Amino acid sequence: MSKNIKLISIVLFALFSFFILLKGLDKSNTYSPSIDKSKIDFNFKSKYLFSEKEVFLNELLKNEGMTLINIWASWCLPCKDEHAYLLKLKSLNNLNIIGINYKDNEKNAKKFLSELGNPYTNIITDPNGINSIELGAFGVPETYLIENKSKLIIKKFIGPIDDKSFTQLTKIIQ
Amino acid sequence: MNKMKILLKLIIIFLLFQNFSSAETSQKVDKISKNLRCLICQGQSVYDSQSDFALSMKILIQNKIDEGKNDEQIYDFLKNKYGEWIVYDPEINKNTFLLWVLPLILFVFGGILIFRKVSIK
Amino acid sequence: MVIISFLTLIYAFVTSDFSNETVYNNSHTAKPLFYKISGTWGNHEGSLLLWLLVLTIFLFLFVIDSKNLSQRYRTLTLFFQEIIILGFLLFILFTSNPFSNIFPVPIEGTGLNPILQDPALAIHPPILYLGYVGTSIIFSSALGAIISGSINKSWASHIKRWVLISWVFLSIGILLGSIWAYYELGWGGFWFWDPVENVSLMPWLCLTALLHTVFTLEKRGTFQSWAIILSITTFSLSMSGTFLVRSGILNSIHTFANDPSRGVFILCFLFVLIFISIFIYFFYQKTITVDPTKTFLMSKETAVLINNLFMMFFLSVVLIGTVYPIFLEVINNEKISIGPPFYHKLIIPFLIPFLFFMAIGPNIKWIKDKMVKINLKDIFIFVISIVISYIFVNKFGVSYLLSLPLFILSLFLFFVTIRDFFGKNINISQKISHFGFSLLILSILLNGVLAKEHSSNMRVGDEIKFLNKIIQFQNIEVIKKQNYQTLIGKFNIVDENNSLSLKPEIRIYDQPQTITSEADISSTIFADNFLVFNIIKNDGFYNVRYQIKPFMIWIWISVLLISLGGILSLKKKNV
Repeated sequence: MSKNIKLISIVLFALFSFFILLKGLDKSNTYSPSIDKSKIDFNFKSKYLFSEKEVFLNELLKNEGMTLINIWASWCLPCKDEHAYLLKLKSLNNLNIIGINYKDNEKNAKKFLSELGNPYTNIITDPNGINSIELGAFGVPETYLIENKSKLIIKKFIGPIDDKSFTQLTKIIQ
Repeated sequence: MNKMKILLKLIIIFLLFQNFSSAETSQKVDKISKNLRCLICQGQSVYDSQSDFALSMKILIQNKIDEGKNDEQIYDFLKNKYGEWIVYDPEINKNTFLLWVLPLILFVFGGILIFRKVSIK
Repeated sequence: MVIISFLTLIYAFVTSDFSNETVYNNSHTAKPLFYKISGTWGNHEGSLLLWLLVLTIFLFLFVIDSKNLSQRYRTLTLFFQEIIILGFLLFILFTSNPFSNIFPVPIEGTGLNPILQDPALAIHPPILYLGYVGTSIIFSSALGAIISGSINKSWASHIKRWVLISWVFLSIGILLGSIWAYYELGWGGFWFWDPVENVSLMPWLCLTALLHTVFTLEKRGTFQSWAIILSITTFSLSMSGTFLVRSGILNSIHTFANDPSRGVFILCFLFVLIFISIFIYFFYQKTITVDPTKTFLMSKETAVLINNLFMMFFLSVVLIGTVYPIFLEVINNEKISIGPPFYHKLIIPFLIPFLFFMAIGPNIKWIKDKMVKINLKDIFIFVISIVISYIFVNKFGVSYLLSLPLFILSLFLFFVTIRDFFGKNINISQKISHFGFSLLILSILLNGVLAKEHSSNMRVGDEIKFLNKIIQFQNIEVIKKQNYQTLIGKFNIVDENNSLSLKPEIRIYDQPQTITSEADISSTIFADNFLVFNIIKNDGFYNVRYQIKPFMIWIWISVLLISLGGILSLKKKNV
């Protein structure tokens, strides 16, 4: 009798592991943290691009509506692709877009914006990448949609904005 | 020529100064960054990686130490931003309880089995 | 059966010849010949073919080796082995056919991943596979033996050879992988508790336990069921290793080309085998004749059991640590990382008693021994170990709480094994392996405690002071090689009385375009000087990392000694 119980329990355990591993195969290896966790402290100071003044990110968020924070750099190729979308968003909804210029030099950044246009209401710099980490970012480009009142992230895009994420964004904003 | 010399001196002073002041904190940075996963790399620690993400992370840790934060606070800060995934050393909570205890249970269980098999006399 | 196995052998030979040709197509013309050949198993399809090839060769050897054993047992073993071969054959045919044609035929291939273009790694997979596949023979033979009811001393001495072969190959395979990681991955560690490393360690731990059990079975005819369970587990672990590595379910440094459908296949195959073995074990359990003799507390049998207990514990730590994140993610959707701190915390404290038992265990006699056997010599050695460790810890100011007892006991084992070399009726192979193990723990410990490193950004011409040394970055040389371009940095490490020149490289491969850093290591019997540099974005600056790793070479030597013990044991007719 006890032998059967042993057999059954071992078989059940093996079956259990089997299904777990089978399901585990479907999970992707790329990792993105769940949104509800990333409550961000926007209270860090940073320098404006093309000026020596410093500002707290908090002060750049308005009290009503939404703000889009976009991390970009002139050396990052996908940033060029998503730039058109940012410009469209700006013209469509007159959205408050804050740029964070990631590990860039000012000359290149200026050239980048004069060639492709400037969708940003304000641009702050992140010369060594630590401000982006405060936001919980992985690298460039990355985009956050923030509700100004609650200071919560509504939507987060890792990597460049494309057609799909653009329609998502416009839907949420409207 | 003179300018070059001044510049060189400045660099040397800068390097010396950096070595002098950062000896202790840089060890602490190493210790913490060894325990952090470089999230954009494949199975590498922040300490070992030379990616942009890891480099920034090291500066950030340095800053946090300078601000007077202790290890625990820095880990909590990062876990809050990136989740448990970033630390290599999982703390004991309801999710990881079995992870820590299961090997120990097996050890005790095996010990009992042996004890029952072996006759003392 | 024999004929079928022969045919599969021939088939495998033919196919692997073919695969060499396809690999020629898939590799790059500029690649050196040596790596063209090793490229055969550098990819997923080729490596599976290698599995199959080794499987068949082993089967063939088994047939020759087992001539004087009962026909029923041989046939059954061959039957199970054929099932395994068939499974792999189907796997290759359906999910990863190495001969699938690409049309139009590409002129140039994509090339072998440059970090795999290395001599140690070129022979690493075949040797590791020999170990893995050896466990399949143990598996089939265990199942064959249980059905034919022939688990006895002669089975044990027959299977012992296979256990030893697999164990030696697995040890050397792991060693090679570790050496490769040490100088190629470029950050100076030799073991990262990376999932892929863990999956090779798991069968090794299990095999080590089995090895001790089989010795006991051979001598005393006890622990039959346990030996069977271990045989089955070892092979299952090798298989799950293949599954975990190939399916891409884990996040690891060693990324292979992944394809979930392959994962599903190996997983199903693995569990089919596990279920078959569970049922066979339970239905034929009664054929095991239970040994009436008792096991006494002070006996070698108990010592073997204690060894097994610790091995199983280490195994469970590694296994749970490796698969726990998968389980948690599926059940709870939470992702956690389990890294070195976890393994260290659980394994290191248990190493202390383990070393103690390892020192005294081998000197206990079979069947029954007297309780009071601890003689003055042992105590003397123990005291010496304590004194040396105490002096050492004081001198270097080691603050880690556990290093003192760990140090004492590894020294204890070290001295005990040295003493036993001069004793009478010694078991030389076992002594060498145990001695090697104490050396391994000692050198890892010293290495961990005394290692020094410095990392900073430098330009050509810069100098940096570190400890009592000065690191000078002298110049950079650019050389064009057959399939890559290399930047060789010349560094000088100068201290009071001598200077050491190190030349690490940064290689820029063109096919596929990748940058790798080659560390330059200067080894002496006391320490390795390890220097590696990397390109960083700031113009002209390089990230330079200099490490002093004491007793590094002894880690490799000790693993070789451990394996040597196994080889010597193979040569002896009667241990």
